[in-house]
Amino acid sequence: MGIVTDAWSWLTTGANWEGDGGIGSRLAEHVYVSGAALLLACAVALPLGLWLGHLGKGGATAVNLSNAGRAVPVFAVLALFMVSPLRNAGYVPTVIALVLFAVPPLLTNAYVGMREVDRAVVEAARGMGMSGGQVFRRVELPLARPLVMTGLRSAAVQVVATATIAAMVGQGGLGRIITAGFNTYNTPQVVAGALLVALLALTVEAVLVGADRLLGRRAGNG
Amino acid sequence: MSAANCLVTNDWICGEYLRTRSEELTDATVQHVGITVVSVLIGLAVAFPLALLVRARPRLAGPVLGLTTLLYTIPSLAMFSLLLPFFGLSAALVVTGLVLYSLTILVRNILAGLDAVPAEAREAARGMGYGPARLLWEVELPLALPALMAGIRMATVSTVALTTVGSIIGRGGLGNLIEDALPTFFKAQVLAASVLCVLLAVVADLLLLGVQRLLTPWTRIRTGPGGG
Repeated sequence: MGIVTDAWSWLTTGANWEGDGGIGSRLAEHVYVSGAALLLACAVALPLGLWLGHLGKGGATAVNLSNAGRAVPVFAVLALFMVSPLRNAGYVPTVIALVLFAVPPLLTNAYVGMREVDRAVVEAARGMGMSGGQVFRRVELPLARPLVMTGLRSAAVQVVATATIAAMVGQGGLGRIITAGFNTYNTPQVVAGALLVALLALTVEAVLVGADRLLGRRAGNG
Repeated sequence: MSAANCLVTNDWICGEYLRTRSEELTDATVQHVGITVVSVLIGLAVAFPLALLVRARPRLAGPVLGLTTLLYTIPSLAMFSLLLPFFGLSAALVVTGLVLYSLTILVRNILAGLDAVPAEAREAARGMGYGPARLLWEVELPLALPALMAGIRMATVSTVALTTVGSIIGRGGLGNLIEDALPTFFKAQVLAASVLCVLLAVVADLLLLGVQRLLTPWTRIRTGPGGG
């Protein structure tokens, strides 16, 4: 357990938080890159997944896309970006790579969430004279919300964890703390880096659970 | 070496690269396949008893599934770095990390497969005098095979991809070639290694699908010895 206390003292040393490669700036980079990637991925995947689920089409494509995503190494994609002209575009290569890997789980969960909605309920809503848009907004969307949010949470945690790989191609983020510790045989620093990533992932998860509760309460009252 | 032009101009696709470095590519692929196969096999050997344990003592389900899920959320870069003090710079380090990652998928799928065995099939086998071991081996396992194979396929495909991260300690199969090519922006090598990596995953998935077809539970039960 000595290593954990060493990691803790590394984390609580003020000097390690300051400067260009300090914890503060690495954390900011990590949050920025993950946040941008997650927002972009949601903007692409959620409308598409919900719409396809509403129509009941494209399920096989969504599933195949998730499977294909699993077969492609993040490291390879990042490396391909880094040997292309994209390497001069700052955080763009990392963000694009993360978006590519966050879209499949978001898409699949949005689609499955919509398809899992009880068909009888949808039929009843149609029978009451609701239009397609009304069924989508007032019936399918609220019922699909839990699964969509589950997909969002796992995608968010995955993005935060995957963003560390960016350090392997020299991009910023908390992964750099791990690789720097690795290169200098500083195990407490490696543990500290891993702890920071885990804490960030847990925080993101907690924020999303909280947001979901708030959203649920509002929807329940409305 | 006038044909080496594409190496000089650093093209994405370079036949000369594939010709002159074929040995390097083969070695990396062999290492990649080796690490993946060993990891998935050890993963299965660990996941199977775990799944049986959870089934025998449902109270352990929460802790076991929770722990394997927790392992899955550790970033791969951190996992490999954290294992360094225990294993040093060895392939065993990468294999251990990959085994830990595969557990989540494998344990869940084995459990799901065993849970999906119809109670009547179990009762019938017991009525025919099958003991617990024979029941597991001849009735439950064949019936659980589709879910089990689905798990093995998923675990194998993600293991192939994750092996590349092992390149931080120089044991990442094709990932090593990617890492080596980065400082010089050697496009042909990065692209070739990446494409090979994806091809490996696809081939492994198709092979396992073939195995699954061959092991179709219904044929197995019919060809198996009759009850006593």
